[in-house]
Formats: sequence, C-alpha cells, structure tokens
Amino acid sequence: MNALSITNLQKTYASGFQALKGVDLEVPKGDFFGLLGPNGAGKTTTIGIITSLVTKSDGKVEIFGVDIDQDFPRAKKLIGVVPQEYNFSIFEKVQDIVTQQAGYYGIPRDAALANSERYLRQLGLWQKRDSPARELSGGMKRRLMIARGLIHEPELLILDEPTAGVDVELRRGMWDFLLDLNSKGKTIILTTHYLEEAEQLCNTIAIISEGGIIENTDKKTLLRKLDHETFVFEVSPLAGREIPLLAGTNFTPVDETTLEVTKTKEQSMNAIFDHLSSCSIVVESMRNKSNRLEELFMELVNK
Amino acid sequence: MKENLISLGAIARKEIIRIFRIWIQTLVPPVITLSLYFIIFGSFIGSQLREIEGYSYMAFIAPGLIMMSIITNSYTNTVSSFFSAKFQRNIEELLVSPTPNWVIILGYASGGMVRGLSVGFLVSLVSLLFVRLPIHSLFYTVLFALLTSFVFSLAGIINGVFARKFDDVSIIPTFVITPLTYLGGVFYSLSLLPGFWQGVSKANPIVYMINGFRYGFLGISDISIFIGLSMLVFFSVALFSANIYFLKKGVGIRT
Ligand SMILES: Nc1ncnc2c1ncn2[C@@H]1O[C@H](COP(=O)(O)OP(=O)(O)OP(=O)(O)O)[C@@H](O)[C@H]1O
Ligand SMILES: [Mg+2]
Repeated sequence: MNALSITNLQKTYASGFQALKGVDLEVPKGDFFGLLGPNGAGKTTTIGIITSLVTKSDGKVEIFGVDIDQDFPRAKKLIGVVPQEYNFSIFEKVQDIVTQQAGYYGIPRDAALANSERYLRQLGLWQKRDSPARELSGGMKRRLMIARGLIHEPELLILDEPTAGVDVELRRGMWDFLLDLNSKGKTIILTTHYLEEAEQLCNTIAIISEGGIIENTDKKTLLRKLDHETFVFEVSPLAGREIPLLAGTNFTPVDETTLEVTKTKEQSMNAIFDHLSSCSIVVESMRNKSNRLEELFMELVNK
Repeated sequence: MKENLISLGAIARKEIIRIFRIWIQTLVPPVITLSLYFIIFGSFIGSQLREIEGYSYMAFIAPGLIMMSIITNSYTNTVSSFFSAKFQRNIEELLVSPTPNWVIILGYASGGMVRGLSVGFLVSLVSLLFVRLPIHSLFYTVLFALLTSFVFSLAGIINGVFARKFDDVSIIPTFVITPLTYLGGVFYSLSLLPGFWQGVSKANPIVYMINGFRYGFLGISDISIFIGLSMLVFFSVALFSANIYFLKKGVGIRT
C-alpha cells in the first residue's frame, strides 16, 4: 500500500501563478522519501495541499488509500507535518504547544501529557517545557515542531526542510532520530536543500522543478544515472599548451593552473593522468567539483 | 464526538490561558474604565438626577455598563485572538488537525465568553461598591449575559477572519459597536426620547440586549423581553452559520 499517492496534482494560486502543473507521486508505506528541488519548485505547495493549508485546483491525493476529497479528517489523523516556517505562537509555553496539538487530534489530556514528555525528552526540550516558545533558539524551535508533528503518532511524517538553519552536530542528531523513526515503521517524506541529507537518509528521491516531477526513482538508480563527473585539477602552469583530445573526457582550462576535467563513468583516472603526463602537465592536487547529487540535480534540471 | 469535545476543550483551554497570561491587557483596563463610568456618571452626575422608574440613576445605568463591558470584551477577545493566530500562523495547528470547523468556532467563542463574562463579573463586583442592585430574575440576567456574549464572540471571529492587518481589528469596535452601545440605552431610558428617536433606537439590536439584561436586575424594560431573546437566538444562529461558511471556504486562512 502507498502511504501517499498523488495524481495529476495542480495548483494555480489566486494571483494566477501556476505553482503545480500536474504532479504525480507515489510513496510506498515505510519509505524514507526525499523531495528535492530548487527554490520555488512547488515543494511547500505540494505539502500544503496534502495538509489542507492550500486548496488544490485539480488532481487527486490519497493518504494510505484515504482520498482527501472523501474523508479529509481521517486522512489528517494519519499525517504529521513539520512546516518549513515557524507556525506556533511564540507566547505559548513549549509543553502547552505540544499538548494542545494532541488535544486537536482528540487525544485525552493524560495521554497528551505523557506523549509530550516522551517526545520533548527525546528531542532535548524537556528542560524548556515551561518556557515560552520565543525563548527557544532556532534549532530548538525546529525540534519543537518535530515534537508537535509526532504527538498524535502519525503513520506518515512530512518534514519541510527540517534542518534549515540547524548546526552540523544537531543535524546529525536529527538524522539519527528520523532514521530511528523510519526503522520503527513510520513513513517519512522530507524536503531539503542539503543534498548530503537526501543521500544520507532517503531510499527514494524525487526531483521537482517548476511545478512538475522530473525524476523519481530509488537513490542507487538515480546515482547510476550520474554518468558524468567533474573534477577540478590544480596543475603546473599550462603556458599555452594545447591538450590533445581524449575519448570520454573533456578538459576545460579555468586559469593558468586550474583545469576542469569532466569524464564519463567508464573513463579511468589512470588514462587521464597518463594523458596529462604525456603533455608534461603535472597534476598537483584534485577535488570533486561538487556534491555528486548536486551535479546530477543540475544535469536533470537543465535537460 | 468524544474527540471533538477533547479538541473543543483544548482550544478553550488555550484561549483561557491566553486571557489570564495577558490579564493586564484583558481584564484590568475594562475594570478601570467602567469604574470611572460609575464614579463620574453614577456618583457625580447621577446624584443630581431624578429617579428612573423608581430606581436611582446609578442603579439604572449599572446593568447597562456591565453589559457594555461584556459586549466589548467578548468581541475584542475573539477578534484579536483569531487575528493573532492568523498572523503568527498558529491557526495552522488547528487547520492540519481533524478538528471540524464548528468545534474551532465554538472553541474561539468560548474564549470570548470567558473573557466577556469574567470582565462582566468583575465590573459587577465594582458596581457593588456604589449601589446594591436587586435581582428581579436571575434566569433572565444570566440568559441575556450568556447569549449576548456568545453573539459578540461570534461576530469577533468573523472580523478576525477578514482582518488583514492590525488596524482591521479595531475598526468595527470603534466605529460600530461603541456608538451603538452608547446609543443603546445604557445611560437613558428610551421613554425619555422623542417618538421618532425611540423608533430609530428600536432598530439598534444592542438596545434589546441591554434592556433584557436590565430587566433581569430591575424588572423594567423599554422593549419586549421576548423580542430581545428571539433576536439573540436569531443572531446566534446567523453568525454561527456565517462563520461555518467562511471557514469552509477558507477565507483568510487557506490559499
Ligand atoms: N500564496 C501564494 N500566492 C501566489 N504564489 C505563491 C503562493 N505561495 C507560493 N507561491 C508561488 O508558488 C511557487 C512554488 O512555491 P513553493 O513555496 O511551493 O516552493 P518550494 O519548492 O517550497 O520552494 P523553497 O525551496 O524556496 O521553499 C513559487 O513560485 C511561489 O512564488
Ligand atoms: Mg518550501
């Protein structure tokens, strides 16, 4: 069964702007799913429709088989959402924010208090339970929204850039927390701009651009599609030397001592080094031009 | 159903915590203002005036002043709380939950009623310093207080739904509610007005609320109590339905 199934989802905002142009997406139960895309691609709009904050213009959304047009309240119970932007009252106390959210899902107060203690402890916020939310740091506010999104034990957790503005150590902590949730059976959908994050966490990755899905496959297959890789070589001064052609390889001088080398997957590094040696160019150091996923991303988006 | 009650309780609890968290803004100012009314109009000026239908001027205006505070505070509470929930976007906490619209409306309205009736109660206590009010019918006193508070709480939510900026929160109270209350027979009996203005006054719904409430205390009224009650029931149903309609359409809250 699919945790989420979206067919031909479209959204035209009141301004007339078409943010989604027919999105199709299927997220199997138990998956850790990454939705990637540049700014303004339509990630938050898609999540908004799934959580009822945005009304769709057309298309169909099902949560564990429940059509949101048929029974949205039942679908909502299955979803927990951690939004991109803070949306709690900064005057309310941390624990109140979490327990009242439980109340909105019909969870009795005793259970709400017990659940809130568990999640606030797990997320390192228990000491802050009586502080008004405005006294939390940015990273704590994110974690507060995670606790709030989990308080009713949803089957599907949707996080819209949960680690934006979170430091490296805390981010790793969050990753472990999310991986643990996923291993216990929760389906997780995550949007992110940190491509390393998607690589680390997700099994399946979809790429959205300008309101449409341009790629949707498991991470390995996706990475295999990355048929080109670019390296930056620091070399001895080129002094106007022409580099003869080499199959499967592209040399682009950037400046006197920097060379960008794009190679196909099949081409071996040895052959490249040999080739450069034969024109008396010495490679002093080298690095990946960018994250591999990022490169793939650019490749797909620019196609 | 049980879940809806829990959710209603959660919203009401949140609203009540808010009222008491900012009590310096919510509870104190109305009590001070109304005390001034009692001192100036009741004591200083009222002592120079003759009785109205057998009651001192102070006793005559006290129920109206209490009602005035219930009206303003019920309305102000829901409009500012709902607008603030939109502004800080924490209204989304409710929207993503399965809580039905009628529960959201009753939840916010209950907050308005708690504030309106708490202030009304405090103002009643203050009035005891100046005058011993009789209670002609506790039933009508309480009924008019509850229904009026409910109606203005609902009206405040509608204002909150449409408000886009902070100014929008105070426009209706300043330009509609306050004038209608002053002209609603708090300070005078309609029988003191020339015939034409009596007729005009009867088009002001607040006249019926104040008179009904005063009837509960003093047993006197310028208008029929039953017309007043029917009107309150009508406004309750109409405003509640309007709220349901606006929330369903997502006015101001869904894009
Ligand atoms: N309320 C709105 N009215 C009009 N246009 C909107 C509205 N909300 C979003 N948009 C537009 O819809 C497009 C998609 O926005 P969305 O927030 O879904 O992007 P996103 O993928 O989440 O981007 P980011 O990574 O920056 O968060 C953008 O062009 C945005 O300007
Ligand atoms: Mg976004």
